Amino acid sequence: MVPLHWYLWLGSLVFCIGMFGFLTRRNVIIMFLSIELMLNGVNISLVALSHYMQDLRGQVLTLFVIAVAAAEAAIGLAIVIALFRNKPTTHLDEIKEMKG
Amino acid sequence: MDITIIKPILPEIVMAALACVVLILELFIHKKETIGVFAILAVAAVSYVIPQSFGSAFNGMFISDGYSVFFKFIFFINLILAVLISIRYLKIERSEFGEYYSLMMFATLGMMIMASATDLIVLYLGLELMALSTYILAGFIRHDRRSNEAALKYFFLGAFSSAILLYGITMIYALTGTTNILAIASQLQGKMTTQLILAIVFLVVAFGFKIALAPFHMWTPDVYEGAPTSITAFMSVGPKAAAFAALGRVFTTGLIDFAPDWRGILIALSILTMAVGNILAIQQSNIKRMLAYSSIAHAGYAVIGVIAGGAEGLSAMMNYLFIYAFMNIGAFAVVIMLRVEGVKGEELEHYRGLAKTHPLAAVLMLIFMFSLTGIPPTGGFIGKFYLFKAAVGAGYAWLAVVAVVFSVISAYFYLRVVMYMYMHEPEGEPAALATSTPLGLALLITTIMVIVLGVYPSPFLAFARLAIG
Repeated sequence: MVPLHWYLWLGSLVFCIGMFGFLTRRNVIIMFLSIELMLNGVNISLVALSHYMQDLRGQVLTLFVIAVAAAEAAIGLAIVIALFRNKPTTHLDEIKEMKG
Repeated sequence: MDITIIKPILPEIVMAALACVVLILELFIHKKETIGVFAILAVAAVSYVIPQSFGSAFNGMFISDGYSVFFKFIFFINLILAVLISIRYLKIERSEFGEYYSLMMFATLGMMIMASATDLIVLYLGLELMALSTYILAGFIRHDRRSNEAALKYFFLGAFSSAILLYGITMIYALTGTTNILAIASQLQGKMTTQLILAIVFLVVAFGFKIALAPFHMWTPDVYEGAPTSITAFMSVGPKAAAFAALGRVFTTGLIDFAPDWRGILIALSILTMAVGNILAIQQSNIKRMLAYSSIAHAGYAVIGVIAGGAEGLSAMMNYLFIYAFMNIGAFAVVIMLRVEGVKGEELEHYRGLAKTHPLAAVLMLIFMFSLTGIPPTGGFIGKFYLFKAAVGAGYAWLAVVAVVFSVISAYFYLRVVMYMYMHEPEGEPAALATSTPLGLALLITTIMVIVLGVYPSPFLAFARLAIG
């Protein structure tokens, strides 16, 4: 059987890749993907923990995270589209109406 | 089925149902003011259910106690005042849609769930409901590029912070095998580990984003400036108070055994927040941006209540947020009044000579600016006084001194607005004010409360003390 800590390492690796992507990339769609990666890193850890501890809470939380992530995707993309209608760009450095 | 088991969550159920009703009403009602009035009536209905709601439900995942009820009243005040100041403003911004009120109600519902959550899963769900609704509200003026940008920035940093919160929750779950906030304390048995330190840091970062503690405050000025002013008022009080409620609950019950560890982090963040908020506010010429930095600074003060801890500290923090709701929304109500067709009314220049052209508006702004500075006899003074008293009582006298020094610095930028209004001559033709009955009502409530809280605060202080129990 695969030991638990392998899953936890995988989860934290996916989380860190997502975090790194979010902090370094400036394309809004890529940043959005990075957030999804972070959430899925959390999901891997939660499901693995839940399985090894024989406790359902982790899997329940995972289901909620997936549902919330779907809602978040809908809202996030809607915001990007609303912005795109006024200014056709997806690059964050070009979105700078406010400064100071 | 036994109906009594859902009693503690009944206010939330009523709120959710009425928010859906508001959403449907929007299809049939063309006068959108009516929907705003309905949202206020809905709050009245929910408040009516609250006194019977005390108790715990769903295996201790959800609780309705004095602490959460006090916060729920802050959210209701926030919702009512924000609806009152929105009604005329939305017409001016040509964004009159009924969904606006429904989203505000859903955001308030999320805050209520956050305040009542005794399980990290419920806490997360409440937080997301609140956050997702507020993202949309921040971008509600679809044709305004600044509003789009505010929504985008708020969305990205909010989603990032909730992913961090989730990882923190995962670590706590890995260590304890539970997500129940009360059970966490008994499972950990005061044992300190590296993973726990990491979990605490993750939770502080996640809540820090929501509360806008420095160095996690970067989104605040842009979002507050770009969002519709009524929503800026709404989210500078509600989501902040909700995050404080959750922070207080998680740290002073679940992680109370590790108080020395998280206290150190919070003290550092509090000082940094007060410094960043007050010093950067000085150079702002846009009043919404200035109020954004001011709200960062106020978060820094309120954290002192959590640091002091105990019934004394928490009730001081709750009082502070209660008073802050009135003075901050009052200040934004005056800003909204200056927004008329064709004039943004957000720059400090627009306040030049306001005392000559519109004396009443200038007097109201004066009261709110004094209160935000913390000058007696206004509510802001009482809030700060009890907060600093709690800090001294808990042995953090030096922290109170630092906070006082920073509030002296804050006098510079708050009183500069007063100076512009009273000491400068008006330029050109004075613009008309966008007054309306609901806005006048909101200003009346906030002014009276700011002064009453400053002159005769004891009943309100006793209320918060009673709520802590």
